Amino acid sequence: MSASKKRYAMTVDTRTCVGCKACVLACKSENDVPDGFCRDWIVEEVRGEFPDLSAEIRSERCNHCSDAPCVSVCPTGASNIAEGGVVLVTHGKCTGCKACIAGCPYDARYVHPKGYVDKCTFCLHRVQKGLQPACVGVCPTGTLTLGDRNDPASAVSQILRKRKSKVNHPESGADPNVFFLV
Amino acid sequence: MNTTLLESVTTRANHLIDPGLAIWGWQITVYLFLGGMVAGILSLSALLELRHGKPSSPIFRTAPFVALGILSLGMGALFLDLEYPFHVWRFYTRFQLASPMSWGSWILVAVYPAAFVFGLGSLDDSGRSFVRSWVPKNLEGLYDRVEKHAIERRREILTGVFFIGLGLGVYTGLLLGTMAARLQWNSALLGPLFLVSGLSTGAAFLLLTGLHEEERKRIVRWDVNAIGTELVLILLMLIGFGYGTESARFAASNFLGGPYTPVFWSLVVVLGLVVPLLMEAVEAKRHLPFTLVTPALVLVGGLALRAILLAAGQDSAFRLIP
Repeated sequence: MSASKKRYAMTVDTRTCVGCKACVLACKSENDVPDGFCRDWIVEEVRGEFPDLSAEIRSERCNHCSDAPCVSVCPTGASNIAEGGVVLVTHGKCTGCKACIAGCPYDARYVHPKGYVDKCTFCLHRVQKGLQPACVGVCPTGTLTLGDRNDPASAVSQILRKRKSKVNHPESGADPNVFFLV
Repeated sequence: MNTTLLESVTTRANHLIDPGLAIWGWQITVYLFLGGMVAGILSLSALLELRHGKPSSPIFRTAPFVALGILSLGMGALFLDLEYPFHVWRFYTRFQLASPMSWGSWILVAVYPAAFVFGLGSLDDSGRSFVRSWVPKNLEGLYDRVEKHAIERRREILTGVFFIGLGLGVYTGLLLGTMAARLQWNSALLGPLFLVSGLSTGAAFLLLTGLHEEERKRIVRWDVNAIGTELVLILLMLIGFGYGTESARFAASNFLGGPYTPVFWSLVVVLGLVVPLLMEAVEAKRHLPFTLVTPALVLVGGLALRAILLAAGQDSAFRLIP
C-alpha cells in the first residue's frame, strides 16, 4: 500500500455511541435499502457478573477490508475494490451466486430483493462530492469518523494515533478498516 | 483477560444472513453431489479403459453421455440457486484466478466437449451413426473430423477426461474449503475429500447399472480404496480441526459432541462409509452374491456428506465463538 494512495477507514467511538440507530435509519433512507434489510446495524454487548457489568455499543457495517475475501472469491469481478480501497458490488456483473456472502467474515452482505448482492459503500457517492457518509453526518454524538488513513493529517489518522482501538475478528486475516475506539 | 460475555444483542436481521447463514440450500447440495458423481463416472471409466482396454459392460458405451445428462441436472440445480439467473453468462466474461467458483465454471465448460468426444469413441458404429443423424447438414464435415479424432486419439482423450474429472471433483471441495470465514469449511482437505467421495459415488452409480463380473470386481476394488481414503481424510480433517486454533476447534466440536454429531457419524461415517466398506470386503472374501444395497448406501453417504458440511459450514462464523 503506497502512502500516496487513499485508504478510507472509519472510527467508531464505543464510549460515545448510545445505540440510537440514527446511523441505521440515515443509511436506509440515503441508500434506499429495502424493507427488512440493513447495511449498518447496532451491536450491544454486556459483560461481567451482576452487579459488576460493563456495556459496549458498536455501530457496525462492512469493514472494507484491505485483503477482502469477498473480492477474491467473486467469480465475475462484480465485487471489486474502488477508490480509496472501498469494497463495492457492481450490480450489473453480479449473478447472485452468494460466494461473497459465504466468504465475508462479518456477514455484512445480503441479497437485495432485485437479485444482486448489496452492502455498505462507505457512501462513496457522497464522499466523492466532499460530503460525509449518511451515517457519519447524522450521528448526534459524533461517534463516527470517516477519513483517509494514509493521510497523517486526516481526522481518522489523528484519532487512531491518539486513541486505543480494536477491530472485529482480526483473526479473519482480512485486515478490516473499521476501528472501534475503546 | 476479557470479562465473560453475558449478552450480545444486534439490531441486524437480514434475510438469509441472520441468525445464521442460510444462503445455500438443497440446490447446492444436489449440485455438489451430482458434480462429484459425474467426476467419478468420467475418471473411473476413462481409467478402466486406459488400464484394461475397452470395457465390455453395456453402461460404458454410453457412460460419458449419461454423465453429461447428470451434470446438466446438477447445473440446473445450480442455476436455480442463482439470485440473478439472467446474469449467468457473467461467469464466462472473465477468469478470476483466486476464485474457485470461477475455476469451476470453466472446468464445467471443458467437461462437455471432453465427455462428448470420449462418448463418441465409446459408442459402437450404430451408435455413432445415430448421433450423426442428429447433426445438422452444414456441420457434418466438422462432425466427421471430430469423430475421426475421437477414435484415433483415444488414449489422449482418455487421459484428458481422467484429469478433467479429477479437476471437477477437487474443485467442488475447494469451493467450500477456501472460505476462511466459514470455520467448518476452512480446510484444504475438503478438496481431496470431495474428490474421493465423488470417485466412490461414481463407482456406486456404475455398480448400480449391473456390470460384467470382471469389471465389477475392479470397480469394487477401487471403491474399497476410495472409501478407505475417505475415512482417513475425515480422520485427518477432524485431527486438523481438533488440534487447531479456537476457530478450528469450534469446527471440530460440531462433529465431536456438537449439533451435527449424530447425523455426521450415523449417516456419513457408519451408513455411508463403514458399512459399505465392510460389505464390499466381506462379499469379495466370501464370494457372496453382490447386492445393490452397498452402492445405494454409498450414494446416501455421499449426499449426506455434502448436505451436512454445507449446513454446518453456514452455521459457523467468527461471531459465534463466545
